[in-house]
Amino acid sequence: MNIETRALKTRAETDLASQYEALRASAGASVALRDKAFALFEAKGLPHRRVEEYKYSDLRAHLKSAAAPAAVASLEQSTASLAAAEAFAGVDRFRVVLDNGRLVAGLSDLEALAREGVGVTDVALLLEDEARARGVLSAPALACDDVSVALNTAFLQGGVAIAVGEGASVSKPVEIVHLASGEGARYSRVEVSLGTGAKFTLIESFAPTASSGEVNAVSNYMVGDEAELTTARLVAGGDTHVSSIFLTLGTSSRVKTLGFNVGTGFARTQSFVSFTGEHADADLLGITMLRGKGHGDQTLVVDHAVPHCNSRELFKAVVDGQAEAVFQGKIIVRPHAQKTDGRMMTQALLLSEEASMANKPELEIFADDVQCAHGATSGQIDEDLLFYLRARGIPETEARALLVLAFLAEAVEELGDEAIVAALEERVRGWLSVEA
Amino acid sequence: MLEIKNLHARIAEDETEILRGIDLTVKPGEVHAIMGPNGSGKSTLSYILAGKEDYEITEGDILFNGESLLDMEADERAAAGLFLAFQYPIEIPGVATMTFLKTALNAQRKARGEGELSTPEFMKRVKDKAAELNITMDMLKRPLNVGFSGGEKKRSEILQMSLLEPKLCVLDETDSGLDIDALRIVADGVNRLRSPDRAMVVITHYQRLLDHIVPDVVHVLSRGRIVKTGGKELALELEKNGYADYVGEQAA
Ligand SMILES: Nc1ncnc2c1ncn2[C@@H]1O[C@H](COP(=O)(O)OP(=O)(O)OP(=O)(O)O)[C@@H](O)[C@H]1O
Ligand SMILES: [Mg+2]
Repeated sequence: MNIETRALKTRAETDLASQYEALRASAGASVALRDKAFALFEAKGLPHRRVEEYKYSDLRAHLKSAAAPAAVASLEQSTASLAAAEAFAGVDRFRVVLDNGRLVAGLSDLEALAREGVGVTDVALLLEDEARARGVLSAPALACDDVSVALNTAFLQGGVAIAVGEGASVSKPVEIVHLASGEGARYSRVEVSLGTGAKFTLIESFAPTASSGEVNAVSNYMVGDEAELTTARLVAGGDTHVSSIFLTLGTSSRVKTLGFNVGTGFARTQSFVSFTGEHADADLLGITMLRGKGHGDQTLVVDHAVPHCNSRELFKAVVDGQAEAVFQGKIIVRPHAQKTDGRMMTQALLLSEEASMANKPELEIFADDVQCAHGATSGQIDEDLLFYLRARGIPETEARALLVLAFLAEAVEELGDEAIVAALEERVRGWLSVEA
Repeated sequence: MLEIKNLHARIAEDETEILRGIDLTVKPGEVHAIMGPNGSGKSTLSYILAGKEDYEITEGDILFNGESLLDMEADERAAAGLFLAFQYPIEIPGVATMTFLKTALNAQRKARGEGELSTPEFMKRVKDKAAELNITMDMLKRPLNVGFSGGEKKRSEILQMSLLEPKLCVLDETDSGLDIDALRIVADGVNRLRSPDRAMVVITHYQRLLDHIVPDVVHVLSRGRIVKTGGKELALELEKNGYADYVGEQAA
């Protein structure tokens, strides 16, 4: 047996190495930060199944080659892509548009947001200054050795930083629309910070990419003391999608997040949640809908570092065809984080014989006065329920759709924002009306 | 309206024969009662009429208005006008009762080539029928049958039946679990649906339902066969003497 001497050996890995070499020359003020991140990739290579965190999502095996970073899209391209990205058209919201990882100011509601007192900054501009670049590019502690995050840092094309000031309450949700025009890979960063007592509803939507497209997105949500954040994040297809989300909760803050992943490609959403102030409360919801040969991974690490915080995790998967869904959820309760309440539930509805669900719940509890639990179920559509509906005249396809919606209802409705819930339910119905 | 001819059926999974040659003809406007000991096959017959797939027909046929039901799916049978009020109505968490009612009604209308009902028109119909059956709007706001008491579930079945206005109503022990007042409310609901072009098959163990819904014909089902057919006085006789006579005949 050959001992692995070089980490970079697959075609995709060598592609990335040469792409980085080309990018480096023009990286400017951020080059040292990028180099540091890229060094991590060089040492470890793409994550594969022997890396515990990627056990069920072997990125190295999946990625046959790596697409070059996508070029800047023209305004015409972006306008056309935006017209097709209508998942949340029914929601009265402000839009901030990114295309191929970069902010498209001309298509974003920047003036309206400025009037609301929301600060919107182009991440590409921050990268031009080393000190400010450091603020954006320093990976949060929970994933400082995650290669996907490192690649995002090394190849970062741009993104947006949104600041909601102390006590501010934005009148409408903001949708960050991630467009993908043409071919290539997209590396974007979204920074959202809520000041003390601020209230904010955020949507992030990823339009399907072209077949060879890749997306590596990082979002960093910093929720201040007593602030309230609601977020929905829709990943709709595409060939390869990796999202990393960092969520930091301050004292007495309230957060509801819903990660919605629907597709036929390879998608991994990894969320790193840390409680840094007491009496905070997080509802972390996830929905995965897969068919064909789709692979959808929702991975979650929740770090209860302080006492008196609640987290509730509810993840649901609907899997058809030969698709495979993955849920990995880890709740860590640090030694002094007494009175932590953490409840994690994952449920899968398998619509075909070959569909599968892999579940890995983990509790790492180092405090003694806590309430933590996890549960997992996996099943098929209940034939008796189906018969009841059909006996009332509801045709099979429609009856199945009703039951799938019923299965997902709890996770969608928990988000609370009616217009967003309606848009997501519409998305579910759309998925169900397409023949497998 | 309904013609069951020499119907033999077994459980698909383990091939146990449950129905062993049933003949039954129901004409428009008639009410037939089916009585019989526990386990004799009454619910099985009702499920087979409604199109449940767990059973296999090994012999015979079922004609509904002259057409065989056997090749029709459950939803097609419903759209054709067949309704089964279940002995054990199930709870469907996550499906709002109103959504369910509207989906069912409009699906049937669509299958028959009729237009969908407008929401106000639909709401009005539901409210009127619910009021007649003593069903509160609060119950209708819940997911289908979830948390309903036994009696509430039975009333919910009759509400569905009243809305869907089927041609043939099959009621499987709709009286079980009902208190005395609820029994009257349900019976009144059923009687309101009686008409010269609608027929009913009422499965029950007790005469008291038949005091309210007076049958034209009473059948005794035992071990998968109709062993006795008579008028409404047959039910009274059974109430007095039990099934011993008929079950005995069969055992020979
Ligand atoms: N799916 C099934 N699997 C196994 N056994 C079945 C199934 N369906 C029916 N049976 C059996 O068939 C027989 C008839 O059952 P059925 O429910 O039709 O009786 P019933 O006349 O309605 O009785 P009851 O008066 O108690 O409601 C019973 O012995 C029952 O156990
Ligand atoms: Mg029965």
